[in-house]
Amino acid sequence: MDKKILLSHGGGGEESNQLIHELFYQYFSNEILLKSEDAAILTTKGNIAFTTDSFTVSPLFFAGGDIGKIAIAGTLNDLSMMGAKPLYVSCAFIIEEGMDYNDLEKIVKSMTEELSHNDAKIVCGDTKVVPKGSIDKIFITTSGIGEVVTPGISAQNIDEHDMIIVSRDIGRHGATILAERESIDITSNLSSDCKSLWPVVKHLLDHGIKPKAMRDATRGGLAAVLNEWAVSSNICIELDEEAIPISEEVQGLCEIFGFEATDFANEGTFILALRPEQVDKALKLLHAFQDDQSASLIGKVTTKKPKKVILNTPWGSSRYLDLPKGELLPRIC
Amino acid sequence: MKQLQLKDLYHAFRDPKTIKSLALLIEKEAKKLSEPLHIMEVCGGHTHTIMKYGLKQLLPKNITFIHGPGCPVCIMPKDRIDHAIALANMEDTILCTLGDMIRVPGSKSTLAKERAKGRDIRPLYTPMDIIKIAKENSDKKVIFFAIGFETTTPMTAAVIKRVLDECIQNIYFHINHVLVPPAVKAIMDPGKAKINAFIGPSHVSVISGAKIYEPLAQTYQTPIVVSGFEPVDVMEGILMLIQQKNEGRCEVEIAYKRSVTREGNLKAQQMIDTYMEPRAHFTWRGIGDIPNSALRLKEEYAYLDAEKIFSDILPKAPVQDHKLCICGTILQGLANPQDCSVFGTSCTPNSPLGSCMVSDEGACNAYYRYGGL
Repeated sequence: MDKKILLSHGGGGEESNQLIHELFYQYFSNEILLKSEDAAILTTKGNIAFTTDSFTVSPLFFAGGDIGKIAIAGTLNDLSMMGAKPLYVSCAFIIEEGMDYNDLEKIVKSMTEELSHNDAKIVCGDTKVVPKGSIDKIFITTSGIGEVVTPGISAQNIDEHDMIIVSRDIGRHGATILAERESIDITSNLSSDCKSLWPVVKHLLDHGIKPKAMRDATRGGLAAVLNEWAVSSNICIELDEEAIPISEEVQGLCEIFGFEATDFANEGTFILALRPEQVDKALKLLHAFQDDQSASLIGKVTTKKPKKVILNTPWGSSRYLDLPKGELLPRIC
Repeated sequence: MKQLQLKDLYHAFRDPKTIKSLALLIEKEAKKLSEPLHIMEVCGGHTHTIMKYGLKQLLPKNITFIHGPGCPVCIMPKDRIDHAIALANMEDTILCTLGDMIRVPGSKSTLAKERAKGRDIRPLYTPMDIIKIAKENSDKKVIFFAIGFETTTPMTAAVIKRVLDECIQNIYFHINHVLVPPAVKAIMDPGKAKINAFIGPSHVSVISGAKIYEPLAQTYQTPIVVSGFEPVDVMEGILMLIQQKNEGRCEVEIAYKRSVTREGNLKAQQMIDTYMEPRAHFTWRGIGDIPNSALRLKEEYAYLDAEKIFSDILPKAPVQDHKLCICGTILQGLANPQDCSVFGTSCTPNSPLGSCMVSDEGACNAYYRYGGL
């Protein structure tokens, strides 16, 4: 019979203990976690970066990842974007009664694998089980602590003449989730970009790239990140529309539903603001490390319209690239 | 034979060289115009294309655009949205509709706000999804709040056919399908609009044929070009309008021959005619009553008609538009979004006062998102 998560697994008694020891400790095993203290005692050198995020996604498993992979990659990517090496993670699960134990195990395994890409550890955690119907299967909250390796990376640092690079083609995660929710078969080759970014960020930093700002383009996509930067640094960002890398699958989906790829979420794609003299080197490093040529120079910082992002079309006109608004709803006709 | 890729359907129609060449041809031809050309883009999809692709910037000053009534979300009056909200508030009910409709303000609320209160309201990606929803929820009433112009009406008709073919017992329809020609007539008849050319929406004519615009071209002595929604399509449509004007012609021409014919899709028209018929009256948001401008279910399908079956709970009183909102004037081609005192201040896509700010296809939304450069 399929094993299910019961309310008693969150009750703090024997079943909770069993779940923690047989599942979480088995996969997340490390000397700090296994001490089972009320709080983890951690050692760090210098400044730390600290972040938290909650993860809900439907479906839980999708092409290129699952909620566990995102829960680790998402939080640790936020540390990486501040030039911080991910070290420690806390993890809280809220699980719906009746969830398949096997699914939970798959999620936990996936989290373990993603932690290994960052060389980070889960050092504390919590589990709650809530009655069926209270939530959609599982919510995961992770917090992360990282050691700042390269200080001074900030959304407020960007100046005129800086250049904007995107690390790979955009919109894959949002498009994949949309396609899976709507069972769209024509995009069968599409998969999420969900990935830990610390390895590639470390590669850039180790080779002398000094980002002025870095940010992973998660919910709200490229459009949200660039608009936030434009406001934070009081600058204008001018994009070359033709240079923005978008896969045919993602663009195709946008055409069907009337969406823009710049609004779609990404889970392993980041934006860099750099001095112009670092652009070529950064692109070469990205192309070689990722074995993918889609990293591109997509724009530059100007003073044309402060706090605004402008998209310059290949036929000589331009328009604002605004923040995405509200829910993404398909066009009517 | 090369397999058709999705990008083949749009790539060439966004070709920079072609767009620039068309801009040059338009500039040359527009110099010969004896009077400025005020083109109404009847459909919000064209407004969106013109703004999103920055096409206005490529055109000479004597070519201007006036935004028409063709956005199904923009023209939906508050009392119809109040109907949807009342239906959604019935017990054991799932209310389904399309896209942005859930964000449009009714007299007191929106479907999105009602959803947040716990009502089961679902925006559909395609109307046919309602079949699956109904089968999975056989203990509930599933109501389709059907909206849209001639373009989306066949999809509703196809759902009705499926409901009948499969004897599905729990789907009901609240029909709000509207028609383009009567709306254009309502705008032109008072004689206030300075429109002297029309771009007709191609997707409407894919279904209804280009012929539906012929009486308008004759009555108002105005050239009409049925155009697609890609930048090249719109630019070609504008060029054809200028050429007509310069040659003194007032005809209906098709700049979208890859899908539009004079007669349209006869099978789709027949399917619509099977289940629906014109309503004597329908109120358009901001414009008011336009006779014969919308459809309803035929009497023989009254057992599917949510308006009849649940008439007891539907609010009857007419509802006024927001006093500061000039959506009606914009939809009639008498004002531009920036002429509105609340545009971009108390009326934004996040908290729209008027319907033109809600939908991506609304003129105010397009100007807010892309305009100002």
